[in-house]
Order: sequence, then structure tokens, then C-alpha cells
Amino acid sequence: MLKLTVNGVAHEVDADPEMPLLWALRDHLNQTGTKYGCGIAQCGACTVHLDGQPVRACQTRIGDVGEAKITTIEGVNGKVAEAVRTAWRGLDVVQCGYCQSGQIMSAIGLLSGNPKPTDADIDGAMDGNVCRCGTYQRIRAAIHEAARTLA
Amino acid sequence: MLKVRQATPPVPSRRAFLGGATVAAGALVIGFTLDPAKLAKAAAGPDLSAMPAAPNAFVRIAADDTVTVVIKHLDMGQGNTTGLATILADELDADWATIRTTFAPADATLYNNFAFGPVQGTGGSTAIANSWYQLRKAGAAARAMLVAAAAERWKVPASEITVESGTVRHAASNRQARFGELAEAAAAQPVPKEPRLKEASQFKLIGQKVARLDSGPKTDGTAIYSLDIRRPGQLTAVVAHSPRFGGTVKSVDDKAARAVVGVVDVVTIPTGVAVLARDTWSAMKGRDALTVTWDDSAAETRSSDAILAEYRQRLGTPGLVASKKGDAAGAIAGSAKVLEAEFTFPYLAHAAMEPLNATIEKAADGSYDVFAGCQLQTIEQAVIAANLGVTTDKVRLHTQWAGGSFGRRATPSADYFAETATIVRATGGKAPVHLVWTREDDMAGGFYRPMVVHRLRAGLDAKGAITGWEHRTIGKSIMIGTAFETMLVKDGVDATSVEGASDTPYALPAYRFEVHNAREGVPVLWWRSVGHTHTAQAMEVFIDELAHAAGADPVAYRLGLLGGAPRLSATLKLAAEKAGWDPKAVAEAKASGKGRGLGVAAHESFGSYVAMVADVTAEDAKVKVNRIVAAVDVGIAVNPDVIRAQVEGAVGFALSSVLRNKITLKDGVVQEKNFDAYEPTRMSEMPVVEVHIVPSTAAPTGIGEPGVPVIAPAISNAIFAATGQRLRSLPLNLSGLKGA
Repeated sequence: MLKLTVNGVAHEVDADPEMPLLWALRDHLNQTGTKYGCGIAQCGACTVHLDGQPVRACQTRIGDVGEAKITTIEGVNGKVAEAVRTAWRGLDVVQCGYCQSGQIMSAIGLLSGNPKPTDADIDGAMDGNVCRCGTYQRIRAAIHEAARTLA
Repeated sequence: MLKVRQATPPVPSRRAFLGGATVAAGALVIGFTLDPAKLAKAAAGPDLSAMPAAPNAFVRIAADDTVTVVIKHLDMGQGNTTGLATILADELDADWATIRTTFAPADATLYNNFAFGPVQGTGGSTAIANSWYQLRKAGAAARAMLVAAAAERWKVPASEITVESGTVRHAASNRQARFGELAEAAAAQPVPKEPRLKEASQFKLIGQKVARLDSGPKTDGTAIYSLDIRRPGQLTAVVAHSPRFGGTVKSVDDKAARAVVGVVDVVTIPTGVAVLARDTWSAMKGRDALTVTWDDSAAETRSSDAILAEYRQRLGTPGLVASKKGDAAGAIAGSAKVLEAEFTFPYLAHAAMEPLNATIEKAADGSYDVFAGCQLQTIEQAVIAANLGVTTDKVRLHTQWAGGSFGRRATPSADYFAETATIVRATGGKAPVHLVWTREDDMAGGFYRPMVVHRLRAGLDAKGAITGWEHRTIGKSIMIGTAFETMLVKDGVDATSVEGASDTPYALPAYRFEVHNAREGVPVLWWRSVGHTHTAQAMEVFIDELAHAAGADPVAYRLGLLGGAPRLSATLKLAAEKAGWDPKAVAEAKASGKGRGLGVAAHESFGSYVAMVADVTAEDAKVKVNRIVAAVDVGIAVNPDVIRAQVEGAVGFALSSVLRNKITLKDGVVQEKNFDAYEPTRMSEMPVVEVHIVPSTAAPTGIGEPGVPVIAPAISNAIFAATGQRLRSLPLNLSGLKGA
């Protein structure tokens, strides 16, 4: 049995320590907001926070998580998360929406460390998150909008 | 005949009638009409007498005032859920805040797509167009029933009653009621046959930016996609498929797979070997532990290069005639100048973000529940039923949000639905089966945009006017060998192979369009904008070449040929105007010496008109698309913001196919299996996209696909303007691009 703290709740998971956190979240803890897109850290759909830092859940083995606090799209909150969600909704960023959990987790990560990102900062922080619907223009606008409301 | 990955139903009965679909000797036959004329009719004017006002099918009003609109289409991101609800809510005069939606069950008698005849499904950018009058009529009928109920209750004439934002009022007696208070009484009222529809000037929601209904649940993790379905006791199935299309299982050693912790069962099915496990990761590990020997005797074992070489050879011989006028060859022979060009296009994977998947659960009474991103419900239901040996009424579809599709989920063979059903059957329906295709399965699993080659020849007279146009195309037909063949293939010519070329709006004095049907064993399918994905590049780049050869401005040259296409002309003019296009600006951009260029393209598809001006910087084997200015005419813009989003998104979606994406085969094996080798557009590559909508009073058409076709030619033409080098084939071969 492994202990995982997800969104502030401690869980016991009966799974191989080698199992990627992505599948433990989705299949063992029924936290399906974190998405599977590629399994090789090329798309960012599975982005979650470990102690506040964005990581790819498909590359994070549950045996390596230890005491770190896991935050997923379902549980992320606070000023930055609210500003990001509000901007995303106000600009109707989503299309199919499948990648947006990861986009939002990356955006929150960016704004938490850099409250006023430039376009180049956004490129750097968001280039690992693929959106096949091509919503990038609105993602960029929403990050700037969230930064404005946080200022 | 395509048999690859197409499960044949293992049903003993030879002929079972499955509501509109017939399964006979393993082939699914559907009375299917993808009839452009029918769609045009649906879009052009109401046949209200033939269309029952069906408020009960499309709207439910609850005592708590919530109004639930039933959505008959799949929403794979195009925003039709919001648009369809808007159409009904406007005629109903509902309070938008009370609107909820639910996806319709499979029922082609209520929910067929008018563009598809008797089939329920989503595709061809038809969701809004085919629903326009149906949902208005349903909303207006429900409104009339609420008014009738209020009139009866208040004993006042219905004509004195007004409805606004979910409230029914009688001003003279100062009485009012919310929809919820009248819902039950309204349901008892007769359904009016011809409810009065609003004039365009009376629309309150249509034409406005109404906020998307799915923005909330898609930003907090609560939206449930098909891959998120969790049924009690479900097993996740991952399937080992043949690495070659058409390969079958010869033998399997599953001992090691069964030993993997979490693996529950291993079964051989027509499409491969399925490993069932308690979670996805264990199923994937179990599959890795399988040893399967494949029988490739019927498989496609060629490389894509070899297939392409065969295409080129066949292009030297006459093909089937798709359209012709006059003596094109003779006209070209007498020309002052003759231009020739060849365009090649690779196989393309759809690569939607949510890999393909479906879940089927057997109920206690022997019927089945299916949870998936259902896009061709009538066909999917019939295929599942056939594979499970039941009639279609025993198969209930529960359509979920789809994480993209771009055409892939609408597969005539319902391939992954059939695969799920065969696993359920092989395991006796003991546990719900949640089939998951990994990204690698999804990308290497076929059903690609066909590989295509176009060869063109045209003549110009001394003044630069076109004399004749010869155009020959080769590619595998999407429709031949499917249930759609009888309706969409005429005299061997698949309409989707030549759409956007053989029906060109350019006034050509003489032309001849020919097509060869290729027959390789690679499954092909429509890919967001179908034939237009390649015909628009061939047509719009070649027209650009002719304009330059004629010494004419590319916009002016096109307008001179579009006299018979006023809507496309107007759209092109708007794009050019908004982009600040004039011959001087084009020349100045080039003269700036920074490798900058402006290019233009205009194209009609699915009844919508789109023009784009691309502003690119081309330097040393690299292209940066700086800005795209687009104009679109989609008739009445039901939701302008969603329309803009679709065009912005089309640019992001298509850009990587212009710059790098291709699926290649080596000895029959797909080489690109994940996003590292087939990399989608990323944030830093996304140009600024400006979208302008042509004001219109025409009935709405679609915008899910029409943004895509013009992107490649606009960029290609801009690269020519910047560098003088003509890149025709996709993905663009930038390696030869010289520095500015």
C-alpha cells in the first residue's frame, strides 16, 4: 500500500510503485480530470502539481511521490487558480477541452512564479502543452487576462 | 475492398433488420444519403410542413425552470452544443441562465441528420445547418404551448400574452408565471403544427456572443469524456494490433501477460489480442508481455514511397472523368504560355487529444449500454448490435463529450466500437469493457487522410487569361468499400476525392478533371475538410502561379475569375481589405528584405466561404507565420465568437500539417507513433489570427471544417511572395528554402 495525498486528502493505493501517477489518479482514485494524451511527456495533458510545481503525471512513478502534495485540476484553488479559471471562462478558451486541465495547471504554475509573463515567457511555459483544437491564441490571451486581474 | 480492422459481425443469422440498417453476410448496408442537394435544401429554406414540430424530442422544461435542450450531434469541441441550444432557446424566449443540455440517445427517427437522410450522425459541418429550422420550430412550438397553458389558466386570449426570458406575462391583468410553473400544463397542450417563427430582427440570442455552455465543466475537471467512464467492475482492455494493415493473429503466447499483476483475461478477437485488466497501466503492461505471431499474407507490406511511385506511374495514364468542359488539351496546346505543377500530399493522422476508446456494459436483461464519443450513432448502434448478436433496440448509446475527432470518430465501419463489442462477446459480457487505444494505437491505427497526388497543366493566352485547365488526381477513395459508396460514388468517381477542384468556382473556358482510385491496403478516412484538405492547396497555389505568370495581382486575378461566385468574391475582398492587401503592400513586404511575404487563398467548402491572407517570414529553411487575416461567410452567424474560435483553431490545427506532419509506412509499418514524431502545432508557433465575418441573412452553414482548406495555400503563396520559391507539396519542404 502506498500513501498519496491528493488535493489535501490522504489515500492508500494498492498498486505497483512503478505505476505512473496518471493511471493511479485516473483508475484507482477516480480523479479523471487529469488526462492521458501521449504517455511520453510530449503533450502535457496530464499536468498536475507536486508541491505546487507542474509535473507530467505520465512520467511520475507513484513510488517516487513520497510525501509530496499532489494537486489536480479538481482540487487546485487559490487566487491564481481562480483568476485563471475566470479568464478561461470569460474568453471561452475551450473547444474539445480535453487538454485544458493540463493547460490550466501549467498556466497556474507559470503565473504563480511569474505574475506578469511576457509572450516569450508564455511560449516557454506553455510549449509543452499541446492543444489539437488550436486554442493557443485564447490561452495566451487568458493568461495575460489572469495576470491583469492578479496585478 | 477494405477489410482491414473492420470486424465482420460473427452473427449466425444471415439477415437481421436493424432499423434502417441491414447486416448481411458480414457487410453493413445502410440506406444512407449524404446528399449535398438535400443539405442545401435544408439550409436554404424550411420545408416546415414536412418537418414535425417536435418539442418533446428536443426540449424539456422542469418545475425548477430549467430548460434542457436535447443535442442530437456529437460535440467534439466545435461548440455546437452551445449553438444548437441557442437556436432553440431564442425561439422559446428562454432565460439563457436556465439552459441545460443533454446528448440525444440513438434514435434516427427523431434525431437523424437531414444532410445524411435517415442516419443520425455528425459530420460535413452540418450540425447547425441541418438543425436550424428543426430547433427553431421545436422552440417556437414549446413557446406556443406555454402561452396556451397560461391563456387557459388566466382565461385571457393567447394573443395578449408575451414571453420574455423565461417568464410568461399578461400585462393587462398584471399576471406572470415562470416557465417551470406552466411546464406541466403546457405539456398537456396540443403541439402546434405550424408555430410562428421569429423574424431575424427579433432574435435575441442568435447573432450574439452567448457564453459556451461547456466552459465551466471543461475548466474544473468535471466534464466527463468517454475515456473517463468508470462503470462498476469494469475491465480496461488494451489490444495488440497487427503492425501491418490487414495482418491477422497466427498464434499467441499469453502466459507472461496473464502473469502480470492486474491482468484478468486475454482473448483473441478478429482485430488482434485483447488484454483485460483492472486498470489501464496493467493492461498496457500485459500487452507488452504478449508474444504474438502475425499472419501478414493479406497485409499491406509496401512502403509509402513505393505506393507513391505507383501513383506517379498511374498519373501518366488517363483517369476517370470527374468533370469536363470543351477541349482543354486543345486549348492548352494553342496557348502563349503553359504551366505545369505536381502536388503531393501524405497520409495524415487525426490525432485528436483524446485517444479512441469506448465502453460497453451488459445489462441484466441482456441489453447493452454503450458510453463513447458517438459520431455516427445509427451505424455504431447497428455495428455493435451485429457484433453482439442482438437487435439494435437492445443497444443504448450514451454519447459523451469527445476530446476532438477531426473526422476519426465518424468511421463507416465503426471500427473501435466493433472491437469493443467483440471483446464483450468474447468475454461473455461478464464485466463492462472499457477499450482504450493508446496514443500509439490511435496514431498507427490507420484511417488516415489519403495520400494524394495532383498533376495540373494550364495555358495562358498572350494577355494572361486562362485558356484551358487539365487536372489529374490519384488517391484512395474514402467511400469505395463502405456503406456510403452507393450514395457518394458515381461512375467510379468518389465526390470526396475531387470536391473543391472539379467543381471549381473559377470561370475556366475549358477544363478536364480526372481521378484515379488507388487501392492500397491502408485504411483512409475523412480528415477535417476531407477532399478540400488537398484540392484547395492544388487549386489555390496553381491559380497563384497563373496570376504571377500573367503579371497580375493575385487578389485581382482571382476576382476576375469569380464573377459567378459572388459570396466567395465578397469574402475574398473582405479578407484583402482587412489585411491591408494591395499590390504595393505585397511588394513592400518583399522589398523589406527580411523574408516577409503576404499570400492569399479563397475557397468554398461545405456551403461556407473562407478567404485568408497569410503574413509569413521565411528564412533559411524556417517559416514563421506571423499573422492570418481571415474572412468567412457562413450565412447567419448563430454565435460569432464560436465561429471565430473555429477559424482560429483551424489555423492551429492545420499549421503542423503544413509544416511537418506526415504518416509514412516502411514495409507496411507506420513509422510515426506518437507526438514526438508527429508533432502538433505548439504555442510558440501560433500566429495571430484575426477573423472577420461577412454579414448575411442567408440560412446558417457550418464552420467546423471550412477554415482548414485555405491555410496551406495562403502560407505557400506567402512563402513564394517572400522568397520567389514555389513550395507546392505538403508538408512544405523547407529544407530547400534559401535565406532571404
